[in-house]
Amino acid sequence: MRIEPWVVLSFCSIIFFTGLFGLIVRRNILVILMCIELMLNAVNLTFVTFSNLLHDMTGQMAVFFIITVAAAESAVGLGLVIAMFRTLRSVDTDSIQLLRE
Amino acid sequence: MDISPLFFYLFAGLAVGFSFLVVLKKNPVASAFSLVMVFFAFAGIYALLEAHLVAALQILVYAGAIMVLFVFVIMLLNADVPSFDVGRSTLKIRLGAAFLCLILFCIFVCVLKDSPLPISDKTFTPEKIAAQGGNTQVISELLFSEYILPFELTSLLLLTGIVGSVAIAKRKLGGSNAN
Repeated sequence: MRIEPWVVLSFCSIIFFTGLFGLIVRRNILVILMCIELMLNAVNLTFVTFSNLLHDMTGQMAVFFIITVAAAESAVGLGLVIAMFRTLRSVDTDSIQLLRE
Repeated sequence: MDISPLFFYLFAGLAVGFSFLVVLKKNPVASAFSLVMVFFAFAGIYALLEAHLVAALQILVYAGAIMVLFVFVIMLLNADVPSFDVGRSTLKIRLGAAFLCLILFCIFVCVLKDSPLPISDKTFTPEKIAAQGGNTQVISELLFSEYILPFELTSLLLLTGIVGSVAIAKRKLGGSNAN
């Protein structure tokens, strides 16, 4: 039995859309950040799959840079979460409505 | 693709199951630990696809650094206080999101299944990579020759990230920047 490339790519899209679903549905900002990490990981796996398929290293180089950007992004994002919790005493995204009032 | 079906389906099943748990669990600590399991399953798949450096980086950076940061922030914000209980979105939003994701997923699968395999010019076949000293050596040589400018810019990005996150997280309400 052989794994076809489309099976691996479909698996990536399952993880990606699970992350997208969580991003829309969840209201805890920490879980929303985790869903963004899930989506980034799905994209990374797509890059690695194509790198393996095409015998080209560019995909793995892209993953290297995406991991760096994801680390910086989560550091800044969690800093924002701490600032938000200090200001609003809440991690609910629906409580961010200062501009509406 | 020449990868072991048993291990692929094992890791893929683990990743899909735990990623559902990340989204569905109400407690953010449970979500964070499910996410760690997803990252380990992904590292296994990277190793199956012969991306050994990426698999190692996945465990070091994601399962190590990023998840420690997440758990640290959850503990710092004190998950037991009542303000940590957030409401859930309405049924309409949930059904709409599920419908949207399902439709997009079906479109993706249809497109991926019917599209022809990409043409490979065989620059980095597994034999050639092994002859050049393995996956890590090939990536390192590319990183310090062809990709030297993005690599140096990465250091600038990380510096900006450090300074930015400290500046944002330190600021007090009311504009006073004491301590």
